[in-house]
Amino acid sequence: MTQIIVTGILLSGTYALIALGLTLQYGVARIMNLANGETLVAGCFIAMWLFTTLTINPIVGLLLIAPAAFAANWAVYRVALEPLVKRAKNRGQLEVDSILATFGLLFLFQGMMLLTFGGEYFNYTFLAQRFDIFGSGFGLNRVVAFAAAVVIAVGLYIFLYHTRYGTAMRAVSADPKSANLVAIDVARTAAIAFALGGALTACGGALLSTFYTFNASMGVVFTMKALIIVIMGGVGDVRGAVLAAIILGVAETAVASLIDPSLTLAATYTLFIVVLLFRPQGIFGRPTS
Amino acid sequence: MNSLSQKEIIIGIGGVLAFALAACLPLVDQGYYLSLAVNITLYAALCTAWTLFSGPTHYVSLATAAFFGLGTYAVALWVDVLPFPLLVAFGALAAGALAGIVGAATLRLSGVYFVIFTLGLAELVRQIVTWAQATFTTRMGLYVFTDLREMHIFWMLLALTAVIFLTGWLINRSRLGFAMRIIGDDETVARHVGIDTAKSKIVLFIISGAFIGIAGAICAPRYGYIQPTSAFNPMTSFLVVIMALLGGTRKLWGPIVGVIPFVILMDFITVRFSNYMPVAMGLSFLAIVFLLPNGVTGRLEQAWNKFQSRKSAPSSTETAA
Repeated sequence: MTQIIVTGILLSGTYALIALGLTLQYGVARIMNLANGETLVAGCFIAMWLFTTLTINPIVGLLLIAPAAFAANWAVYRVALEPLVKRAKNRGQLEVDSILATFGLLFLFQGMMLLTFGGEYFNYTFLAQRFDIFGSGFGLNRVVAFAAAVVIAVGLYIFLYHTRYGTAMRAVSADPKSANLVAIDVARTAAIAFALGGALTACGGALLSTFYTFNASMGVVFTMKALIIVIMGGVGDVRGAVLAAIILGVAETAVASLIDPSLTLAATYTLFIVVLLFRPQGIFGRPTS
Repeated sequence: MNSLSQKEIIIGIGGVLAFALAACLPLVDQGYYLSLAVNITLYAALCTAWTLFSGPTHYVSLATAAFFGLGTYAVALWVDVLPFPLLVAFGALAAGALAGIVGAATLRLSGVYFVIFTLGLAELVRQIVTWAQATFTTRMGLYVFTDLREMHIFWMLLALTAVIFLTGWLINRSRLGFAMRIIGDDETVARHVGIDTAKSKIVLFIISGAFIGIAGAICAPRYGYIQPTSAFNPMTSFLVVIMALLGGTRKLWGPIVGVIPFVILMDFITVRFSNYMPVAMGLSFLAIVFLLPNGVTGRLEQAWNKFQSRKSAPSSTETAA
């Protein structure tokens, strides 16, 4: 039982990073980024490439991957998504447009990665040692990835809640029009939030790659999980996303070890249905009219 | 119900003639062109059924593969013991029931929840089917042996497409269609005039899903050997969205305008450059969003309206200035 809970929590660290990336993109930049999983997969591949060719430790590699992902996502937002934001007459229009446009990005990125790496599964060996928690053994790589995820998530929390810029971001998330009135550059803040979200997701991917077997077309599954975590936690809510990630990680691990490993998506969906039926506004969310 | 206008009668006769002409195709060719025509008719049926729901509501449904796969499985599981038409009805019921469940869970909320839910739906159903097969049976795939040949499947799909068109037209004339038009324009208004918006959407989604299930059931004999990965292929859902939006979803016949060129293009790409399929799909999505937000038919309609207004008021630009 403790084995399941600890494994689940260790897994939830990376889930939380991916979901935090998505919640920033959707909450602040108003883009439901369905290509988020592809950013994650790109993070996996870059981390592997850095480790196998340049022997750069994946944790150190984050220092390269995060700025690169930030720049790439910033460019994607400016080129492909901002025109849609400007064109949209209302929120619903932007939602449909951004969903379709990010589907396009999803297939484009996935296709390019498939052309480069093919459809095979990849993994590499990093810190594959035993680490004891409460008397049971866990992979040291999982523990390190979790610790790194915690550090990044805490950093994000401090940024959002204790800096001027983070406060501006939360203001845009709450209401872009009013944020504009108090002299916040909404367009710029949205672009940075989108880029920051991409950087978080890529970090999640890099950490995931240290203990997980990945391939070029697995992005959608992770996008799906991240979306469910974001909705469970409430859009734009950091604490909610972290708690939801833990719930999802533990539930998945429990189903995989107690019932059948092939039913993890069923576990995810069961949680999703429960949330939709009882708390569609999220765990900490307040009901909206 | 109003009586038919002269325009509607003309369109009706034209439609019947077009379907009759298409039905003669197997007499001319039984090889490549028939196979291509089956694909076109299949996607025409799927996209038109998709548009029944997603056209007026603007909800992007990615559940097509799930409904389609359920229809296929309904046939594959019992093809040896029950007659085929009954199994097609089973397929419709199973897909309609799934649509009802999905609709009840998501259609009361905003569109995003619906898209997310349908995004993973085919994968979820596939996992459950695979798990059930592995747990309760020993085989992974199922054989479907029937006397039906390619041309029979073609005729059945053609008939299905005709029925979907007829249903769409009847819905448009009914109270449900009227309600959907109001919901599509402004949901708040719809709720204020006393329309049960969630119920209307769920009913429409069930109708759309059931038709897609029928299409899956009809196609089962074509594949011969049914596996979860091929029956619940998520690409089906995305291709349907691309083709329907490419054609335009404001009119019921809009999707067909997208289906015909895209199936031919897809056929070309999968033969010559199969590795580039995802990239091609990605570029198609982006092209639709940026260049053809209302589809080809929407663009034509726009041009036509402009032409008409220019004809009726040649100096309108001057008066506006």
